[in-house]
Amino acid sequence: MADPKALYQEVILDHNRKPRNFGTLSQASHTAEGHNPLCGDHITLALELRGDAIEGIAFQGESCAICKASASMMTAMVKGKTRQTAETLIKEFRDMATGTLDVGQGDHHLGRLTVFAGVRDLPTRVKCAILPWHTLHAAFNSVSSTSTEAGDDPMHAPIGDA
Amino acid sequence: MNMTAQARSRIPGAVPETPVSSGKLNVERIRADFPILKLNVAGRPLVYLDNAASSQMPQPVIDRLVRYQTEQHANIHRGVHYLSETATAAYEESRRKIQHFINAREDREVIFTSGTTEAVNLVMHGFGRKFLTAGDEVILTTLEHHSNIVPWQMLRDEKGIKIRVVPINDAGELLIDEYEKLFNERTRFVGVMHVSNALGTVNPVKAMIAYAHARGVPVLVDGAQAAPHLKVDVQDLDCDFYAFSGHKLCGPTGIGILYGKAAQLERMQPFKGGGDMILSVSFEKTVYNAIPYKFEAGTPPIAAAIGLGAAVDYLSALGMDAIATHEHELLEYATAQVSGMPGVRIVGTARHKSAVLSFTIAGVHPHDVGTLLNQDGVAVRTGHHCAQPVMQRFSIPATSRASFAFYNTMGEVDALVAGIRNVQKVFG
Repeated sequence: MADPKALYQEVILDHNRKPRNFGTLSQASHTAEGHNPLCGDHITLALELRGDAIEGIAFQGESCAICKASASMMTAMVKGKTRQTAETLIKEFRDMATGTLDVGQGDHHLGRLTVFAGVRDLPTRVKCAILPWHTLHAAFNSVSSTSTEAGDDPMHAPIGDA
Repeated sequence: MNMTAQARSRIPGAVPETPVSSGKLNVERIRADFPILKLNVAGRPLVYLDNAASSQMPQPVIDRLVRYQTEQHANIHRGVHYLSETATAAYEESRRKIQHFINAREDREVIFTSGTTEAVNLVMHGFGRKFLTAGDEVILTTLEHHSNIVPWQMLRDEKGIKIRVVPINDAGELLIDEYEKLFNERTRFVGVMHVSNALGTVNPVKAMIAYAHARGVPVLVDGAQAAPHLKVDVQDLDCDFYAFSGHKLCGPTGIGILYGKAAQLERMQPFKGGGDMILSVSFEKTVYNAIPYKFEAGTPPIAAAIGLGAAVDYLSALGMDAIATHEHELLEYATAQVSGMPGVRIVGTARHKSAVLSFTIAGVHPHDVGTLLNQDGVAVRTGHHCAQPVMQRFSIPATSRASFAFYNTMGEVDALVAGIRNVQKVFG
């Protein structure tokens, strides 16, 4: 088992103290809420999609350091990227956090997000790290008042108990 | 004291064998009874401070479970063979042990349930669904565990009853004046917890019961956090119902108790239908069994019930007063240590508290606190403690909660305090 103390590395503590892209978007085309009723983590995510490009992204909410740092690093990572790239990261992040992807071995695009690899040894904290990514996934599939994007897909409904 | 114990006590430097002397607990001797307390977690000695969630089991209770399973197991109240009679006798003996533990008038007033939650649900179904109608009012308190809120909301949705809630002050104490004001001609039932699981507040349930009874209103007391920590006397309280769980009382999971006054239990309807709760069954008519069996449908958790009897024996031998005294010392010491720490806020500062210390650390979410304390071997609960209305009252999402038992030591309080300092250092 990796030293779980390593989870609270400086990069995570720094993103917790000074979260990037924290706030709201005036031009949001997609939004979603993520909630973990078990521990009370709650975030809202706003996206500004132009075509497939993530022009803007912001999050707000009340959560633990793991969740907040994960959200902060996620927004920094996907901003300016395409939806397809983000979806790939969502899958890879989830696989890393649940232990099905060994970041030391496999082919992946997670980069500095690998600081979260340690959560796989803390089953009760996996959801904290994944919540922002589930919320991003839900936001891609959300209906927004200013958007004509595809309607709610029940297969990708907001993950209330993520 | 057995021969082995006598022999050991003669060895110079050996731990004295008497668990209680002159009203004080011999905690080192007691800890030797709990195999799990010898564990290391994250390379550190386990410091188990999550007793309000579930307490640990001493060897005599483990031994009793093993003896039942290896020598005595069969279904109860059924067979005429040796094992069935042995198991039935042990099961009913356990009921009597619990009767004496809470000073119930009769053993038939003690019903085995799966836990406090099922006990409350039994009262809601057996009493609430039979006697309450639209417009009737049930008084609960802000401090209640979800298990004493949700069943009554289910009844509200089914019958159209109203739920009235007793508020609390900033210390986490019930406002008794407000409680009394909630009574009116439609008040039919009161549900109140004896000790708050989230804050540790000990509620003045005896006076609250007397006030309700003067208005003809029966009272259910949720004693899940009281029975393990203080002497419970249901006749002295005069409560109509008293519920608690085995696993918070050094017993097994899957077993709990509903005490009910015989007169109340007799007029209630059954909760679950099935075997053992009937006298006769035909497709035209079923005659229900007498109490307590009317409420014990199906094969109960026999081993767990017998284990709970052994747990009650263990606690009674130590003495609930001695337990309460030691736990109070732990709480006083912990409160003094933690309240002096900058950035740490104790949530729940009632004058009369049980050994629960809920706290928040400025700038650190309780889940991060819990994970970091765990790295120091310290087990605390973090979250809303199944008491979200309490969290809402204090405008916080969650707390970290250290809850003590009689086997905890001052040294373990020191480990908690050092752990909190470490959390503050990491998040510094």
